Amino acid sequence: MLQGLIDVIPYLLQGTSVTLSVTLVALSLGFTGGMFLAVMRVYGPPIIRRLAAGYSLVMRAVPVLLVILIMSFVISAIINLPPFWAGSLSLALASSAYQSEIFRGAIIAIPKGQMVAARALGMGQPKAILNVIMPQAIRNAIAPWSNEAAIILKDSSLVYVLGVPEILRRAQYYSARSYEPFLAFGAAALVYFTLTFLTNRGLDALENRIRIPYS
Amino acid sequence: MPLIQIKQLTKRYGENVVLDGISLDVDEGEVVVFVGPSGTGKTTLLYCTNLLVKPEGGEIWFDGQEITTAGVDLNKVRQRMGMVFQEFNLFNHLTALDNVRIGLTKVKGLSTQAATERAQRELEQVGLSNRTGHYPGQLSGGQKQRVAIARALAMDPKIMLFDEPTSALDPELIGEVLDVMLRLAKEGMTMMVVTHEMGFASEVADRLVFMEAGRIVEQGPPQELIHNPQVERTGKFLGRIGKLHNSLSAAPEESSL
Repeated sequence: MLQGLIDVIPYLLQGTSVTLSVTLVALSLGFTGGMFLAVMRVYGPPIIRRLAAGYSLVMRAVPVLLVILIMSFVISAIINLPPFWAGSLSLALASSAYQSEIFRGAIIAIPKGQMVAARALGMGQPKAILNVIMPQAIRNAIAPWSNEAAIILKDSSLVYVLGVPEILRRAQYYSARSYEPFLAFGAAALVYFTLTFLTNRGLDALENRIRIPYS
Repeated sequence: MPLIQIKQLTKRYGENVVLDGISLDVDEGEVVVFVGPSGTGKTTLLYCTNLLVKPEGGEIWFDGQEITTAGVDLNKVRQRMGMVFQEFNLFNHLTALDNVRIGLTKVKGLSTQAATERAQRELEQVGLSNRTGHYPGQLSGGQKQRVAIARALAMDPKIMLFDEPTSALDPELIGEVLDVMLRLAKEGMTMMVVTHEMGFASEVADRLVFMEAGRIVEQGPPQELIHNPQVERTGKFLGRIGKLHNSLSAAPEESSL
């Protein structure tokens, strides 16, 4: 058993960089998209608000796996997307919808007087959003965002259906080769747990570090 | 020419007429205090003056320029009108120093060093040079309001708009804010002040304006209005104002932002 673990863990760890790459791409593009959608939903003109809300509604109503399959079999047929990118972009599209909800809530929670005071100083709306609203909204958003980060980290395993050699895919290879599914998938669970745990710890530390004193 | 000229200003929210054809001039260096029952449009009038709330009709002229016409850069106009709010509205994520600095660096484009020097001077003027590194959450209400005044003054405004600056304060903290306002008035700052502080009004105001139901009922020197009102309603209200002191007038919607 121990020998098996010593065998399987390094093998799975080679997939860790792939898992982390997929996660990082999905989260950072999802962050950018989600932030943009959230700002549009709160401050945009009515038609843009509705479009952004509609995107979020549809994306959150469809299984992520389905988005991945559409991206890889439909979109990839039109523009040539390597499996890594098809998977990562699908996760990013889904995540941007969830993140837009997180940031929207965080923006709405900021007292109206903050924007009013910024405008009274002569700041234009974009400047006020950037300098007054965002710094506060991001602080509000870290706790729910770390939840989303954990979800994306784990959902990155879904790209195994495209043959991307991340942790789960490698666990499957190992299981098929060694006839030890318990060892292979158990070890994979252990690796995922460790990554998620560390991610949450890191984000907790960040939240504490940028907390506004006595608020 | 008056610094502010308001002509036939109207504002309604749905059926509710908040400002019903207000006309008013404010001269340079003048301190005008607005009193009246809650919901009579005093706060809305201030918010319309720097166009944080858009009026439906009428004109506002500021420093010789009509600002209610299309194509006016409102950000430029608002830079020259300081505003102080009932709820302070300090930026919660910034220290006192950064609250005062942000307008200088992000709006006026001053260098960090120039902005820091100016901000420190303004905080010193309101007696808070020992609180520059404190966040709003670490300050008392009176200190917050003084930071808010310093934030507005740092922009070198031609006029200061005060919207019930002491209404959210504990009684023992009102004095420190009124003192700053008093000093400002003595230095010749043009001020439009909505307040129920009759002591301040009678001592500092050049003119008292009594408003009700979106109209100006009566205006004049405070002593005259208090002791010899021409309209019965004015006398009744000013007599009762002690009781009304703690009532909060509703802030207008800021949906236009």
